[in-house]
Amino acid sequence: MSSAIASGIELLRNAAGRMVPSSVNGREQTAFAGVRQHRPQGATAAPRIHSNADFPSNGDKRVPDLATALRLCGLRDGMTISSHHHMRDGDRIALQALQTAAEMGVRDLMWFPSASFPCQSPVIDLMDRGVVHHIEGSMNGPLGDYCSHGKMRGLGILRSHGGRWQAIQDGEVHIDIAVIAAPTADPFGNANGVQGKSACGGLGFALADSIYADHVIVVTDNLVPFPCVPWQIQGNHVDYVVEVPSIGDRSKIVSGTTQITRSPDRLRIADFVARFLRDTGIMRNGFSFQAGAGGIALAFVDYLHRYMREAGVRARFVRGGSTRYLVDLLKEGLTDYILDGQTFDIDGVRSLASDPRHVSSSPFTSYNFHGKGNFASMVDAVVLGATEVDVNFNANVVTHSDGRLLHGIGGWQNCLDAGCTILAVPSFRDRIPVIVDEVTTLTGPGEMIDVVATERGIAINPLRQDLIRAAKASSLPIREIGEIKREVEKICGGKPQKARVTDKPVAVVKWVDGTLLDTVWQVQK
Amino acid sequence: MASIAELALRRAEAGRCGKDVRSDCKVSIELAEAGGVLIELRSRVEAYYGDAIREQILEVLLALGVKHARLHIEDEGALPFVIGARVEAAVLRAGVHPEGTWLPACDHERPLSSRDRLRRSRLYLPGSESRLFVNAGLYGADAIILDLEDSVHADEKDAARLLVRNALRAIDFGGAERMVRINQLPLGLADLDAIVPEAPDLILLPKTETPDQAVEADLRITEVARKHDVSRPIWMMPIIESALGIENAGAIAAASERIVALTIGLEDYTADLGVVKTQSGDESLYARTRLLNAAKAEGLQAIDSVYSDVADMDGLRSWAERSRALGFEGMGCIHPGQIPVVHRAYAPTAAEIAKAMKIVVAFDEAKAMGRGVVSLGSKMIDPPVVQRALELVERARQMGIVTANGAPEEKA
Repeated sequence: MSSAIASGIELLRNAAGRMVPSSVNGREQTAFAGVRQHRPQGATAAPRIHSNADFPSNGDKRVPDLATALRLCGLRDGMTISSHHHMRDGDRIALQALQTAAEMGVRDLMWFPSASFPCQSPVIDLMDRGVVHHIEGSMNGPLGDYCSHGKMRGLGILRSHGGRWQAIQDGEVHIDIAVIAAPTADPFGNANGVQGKSACGGLGFALADSIYADHVIVVTDNLVPFPCVPWQIQGNHVDYVVEVPSIGDRSKIVSGTTQITRSPDRLRIADFVARFLRDTGIMRNGFSFQAGAGGIALAFVDYLHRYMREAGVRARFVRGGSTRYLVDLLKEGLTDYILDGQTFDIDGVRSLASDPRHVSSSPFTSYNFHGKGNFASMVDAVVLGATEVDVNFNANVVTHSDGRLLHGIGGWQNCLDAGCTILAVPSFRDRIPVIVDEVTTLTGPGEMIDVVATERGIAINPLRQDLIRAAKASSLPIREIGEIKREVEKICGGKPQKARVTDKPVAVVKWVDGTLLDTVWQVQK
Repeated sequence: MASIAELALRRAEAGRCGKDVRSDCKVSIELAEAGGVLIELRSRVEAYYGDAIREQILEVLLALGVKHARLHIEDEGALPFVIGARVEAAVLRAGVHPEGTWLPACDHERPLSSRDRLRRSRLYLPGSESRLFVNAGLYGADAIILDLEDSVHADEKDAARLLVRNALRAIDFGGAERMVRINQLPLGLADLDAIVPEAPDLILLPKTETPDQAVEADLRITEVARKHDVSRPIWMMPIIESALGIENAGAIAAASERIVALTIGLEDYTADLGVVKTQSGDESLYARTRLLNAAKAEGLQAIDSVYSDVADMDGLRSWAERSRALGFEGMGCIHPGQIPVVHRAYAPTAAEIAKAMKIVVAFDEAKAMGRGVVSLGSKMIDPPVVQRALELVERARQMGIVTANGAPEEKA
């Protein structure tokens, strides 16, 4: 393994040929060694010993406000505070917790969200003032720009949903205080996301935090008498319960409706993907698939629904992010179950709350590297997006082609484990090629990406000769990825310029096993 | 000293920019007497193509003969063929008499069109909406129409003409016939001057009312094509959109050798009649059948209007099926989603094909045995029925519904 020094940081070349720092935020790192190569030893991290004698025997853990709860949890400089993102861009609690900590005069916190959203961009001010030292979690919009320009004191660490659970179990991240926004809770701390005016669906992203954090605070705007049923978060993990008037902006927590794309190009891609599953025989009785809530993914589900109905094919399970389109499949009996990691619209929330065949899942069941298996690898096909895909099928979801941070990884990396991983992407956006020679930031190794579906044709990874054979009889336009790339370059007027970045790392991308897959560099100017 | 009018002429703008604009750019130019070319560029794709854009702008100005100017460009990710057209439009609007033209590269096949090719669907592309051009060829339409007429604002005709000209070179529309709808004459003559050098396959003549309009367009096409050594065929399709035009349909059909089809514009026609356009189309039945008859009398294709509710696929299907039953061979599409519906509707049914195939087989047998009379079982088949069966099977072959040897094609 070769190494180099840049900006005073030792860099290693990993198995994917990418330069990554040997240590991040003072912690030694392991460079990516290849898919399914890394095997850490020993025992997983364990939560501290607690005794029920220290908690009120009447089960009433309420305290008047968040400041009191934080004080009772022993908040001090340098701690790690975590939050979940089930409330998405409507969340008020994560920011409120950090701002309360600021009022209490605390400094150098590490914020460990399961994902961040633009509504949390005031955290920039807290970083400027020294309250928050750095963020380990997705950063986009203004937070992404802040990090991309090297203004954050520590390095950002981007992990998949499964990787976040793995990092907690590896002891790489120790959560001091977990602040869990809950649409419904009881005074004991049992909580769920399916009831209440701020209902958001599941709370799976907060599950590891509730189990492993030293202290857990549940914040709710719908307090019910014990018991809160179902208890997606168990009160037995919870220290304090805080009641507030509102945990978030309902209109931004789930959208009333999720919109199918109306772009003919994107509809074409969605139909290609659905026909691919049909024509290659992946769509058969008892199969399973996962698709997100993007415009193409929704349209894909809609097309597949039609083909399943036409062929009389029924899935055993589908995996959400659930939306109305998955719920429609369930209602029509075209799938036996929805296993739901997060819920994107009102129909999804209602279905999760009322239909026993719509089941909430967590990153542990779905994605965790340290589980004895996980659901992701049992899914027959998954349909994902990407910012860039290169001619070796490597893909990028975290940065723009100009190097700026764009997205978190979410469950994207974990989903690559599916039997057939399909990236459904336009071949270019406006004048920005999506199919390129080499991705700016490696987020998914090409060997795990089987199919790239664009409006100009479908490319199958040569490693998947079985899929290439299966698609032979189909009338779909199967093409070589290099050919699509050349066509896109012709349209856009040549190869794009390389991203202009410095040699100073601002964030790292972890692989699902906790090793370093790539580095995000500070952008110029 | 330059007068105020001259000064005003020396500044100009073309194109669009803004948060909601995609794949276009706004070029502002100010001509100068000295100082060379100064380019100020703000581009959404600066990080990827900033250098290429600056280089291209210099090339375009050089070709046009502009040596001294300040340019400000707000770019929302415009492709090179758009940037070229926008810069040129701004230069022309600033009153420059250009020394030459900058044209985008053309390095793809442009298949030749034939007089009687399939024209089931033609996809309308507003001439100012260049972002819709690039992928228009992917949807399998028999033709695409770059429209310079109703979809282009009166103030944008000059700029759209350049966009369309560049698109005819730069964009690979695949197997689609490349049609342009020009403006009514005389404005349409200027359109022809700009686009005929790029050899569009077919010119749609809007609001044709008299045969001499078609003759005038034909003459101009011939003249420009000769000047620019264009040898590819350029067909014409008059659009008849008025009561007078319908009355003259026969004469219009016969006006020019370039005419391969007649089509009808129902919005204008119903307005001319002072009636409401309905879903059933009863109010235009006479006009459509008269146009159809005039077309067939000249051996031309008859092509129907458009169906304007893009969300109503059932309505479209039913319209198109009735249209085929009347004798029309295709219609316009205003959204790619309409194309497969239209293609299915204008295709012969499986039963029709099966029956026609039997007749064709019987015809072949009769021919082989030197018999003049074709019979199927105990029934004698009349010559026009045989002729129709032969034509139907040939069309089905072109549509890919049956293979060359007559076997039904597997469904896609």
